[in-house]
Amino acid sequence: MAAQDQPPQDQPLQETPLAALHRALGARMVPFAGYAMPVQYPDGIMAEHLHCRAAAALFDVSHMGQAELVGDGAAAALERLTPADVQGLKPGRQRYGLLTTMAGGIFDDVMVANLGDRLHLVVNASRKEEDFALIEAALPAGVRLRRLPDRALVALQGPKAAEAVAPLAPDLGALSFLGVAETALGGIPALVSRSGYTGEDGFEISIPAERAEELARALLARPGVRPAGLGARDSLRLEAGLCLYGSDIDETTSPVEAALTWTIGKRRRMAWDFPGAERVREELANGARRLRVGLRPEGRQPARAGTPIQDGDTVVGEVTSGGFGPSLGGPMAMGYVARPHAADGTALTLLVRGRPLPARTVPLPFVPHRYAR
Amino acid sequence: MTELRFTKDHEWVRLEGEVATVGITDHAQNALGDVVFVDLPELGREVAAGEACAVVESVKAASDVYAPVAGRVVETNARLAEDPGLVNREPTGEGWFFRIAPKDPAEVAGLMDAAAYAAFVESQS
Repeated sequence: MAAQDQPPQDQPLQETPLAALHRALGARMVPFAGYAMPVQYPDGIMAEHLHCRAAAALFDVSHMGQAELVGDGAAAALERLTPADVQGLKPGRQRYGLLTTMAGGIFDDVMVANLGDRLHLVVNASRKEEDFALIEAALPAGVRLRRLPDRALVALQGPKAAEAVAPLAPDLGALSFLGVAETALGGIPALVSRSGYTGEDGFEISIPAERAEELARALLARPGVRPAGLGARDSLRLEAGLCLYGSDIDETTSPVEAALTWTIGKRRRMAWDFPGAERVREELANGARRLRVGLRPEGRQPARAGTPIQDGDTVVGEVTSGGFGPSLGGPMAMGYVARPHAADGTALTLLVRGRPLPARTVPLPFVPHRYAR
Repeated sequence: MTELRFTKDHEWVRLEGEVATVGITDHAQNALGDVVFVDLPELGREVAAGEACAVVESVKAASDVYAPVAGRVVETNARLAEDPGLVNREPTGEGWFFRIAPKDPAEVAGLMDAAAYAAFVESQS
């Protein structure tokens, strides 16, 4: 037996501030975006996934890039790189946005929070160096990017997340979905947002690296909280219909093709003053050539990334993420198909190891979101 | 019940008379995690030793399973279609994958015994 797709492993891996805790908890560590990360703990991906949907799961996402934009005009400066409405983001609120290329592709996806006197950014681990260089190159005098390599990030996700943090930070119960608060959890200064990557209610918590293990242990000691690794994080986000940068979106995919048009601010869509506006405008007017869709294969066999999507014998697209949804109880995939095949319920064929597997396009998410609105 | 033999690709083989039953080892199922689907070879297929002839899918990934010895596939485990978790629960029992009529049953004896396989797994970790 041998894995069909082995990740290359050539460079020494970085560790997050929680590496020792992961090992103590019995995690299996794998290389991911240059970091040694826990793919699963002894419970296993299936149990960790289901536990997140039933109670609360704690993820280490410290590999992600964190930074602050400081100075007058920080929001306007960031808008030079994104179609998101950053200037309209109110203090205490967070927003999902895309950095776009001049050609209308997606350079990265980011979370932006308005902390009143500055913006806080969270970007993908695999893109952080490129993102920060791009942002710095676009900044006017008076606006500065402050990288935060000494901060850890953990995500507590699931229907019991709010209950679990309540004794550590009573004010967090009042935070609504995509709200942010600078607060303290059990005496540890933290930047907390009510957000996540699982489709569940929950929090992402940024803390100083040297206190990350203390906070993680405090959260794991709360009833209903179990650690979960990148494996469960991936199956949870796919069930929630959320994109993974580098798989579902990249520099070749446009915001319109990726069905992420909603991330483009209304004002920005009047002014068309963002990188790639020309392509976005053209695709909104005339329709994109292809669209990101959800797919449900028949039966139990998963179709993985790279699987050709066919209409009869004609290739009309490709799977970009695919696997088995533990909460869905069956296989699921996302991919791009030529626009005529993108309508919900379209019958298509997935070519898995040379054999046709019947599938249908379905609306996303596969599993309904349960955010705290 | 006869003794199990093992491959470096983490398959096990049990030769009983003229038929060799094949599955993946406890070490392999543990490394894979929860098995959600198993793609089995067609009956009657002639396979070479080391030829990929089944696929085991976990939540996370797909892995090839190789024929430990050359021969003809004479039976596949139908229960795995309904209950792929058998591979995790009983990897060397009810979670078997397929049965081969080996060209040369003596080939099985050339594979690792339990002690050699344990040492091999140890050397890989």
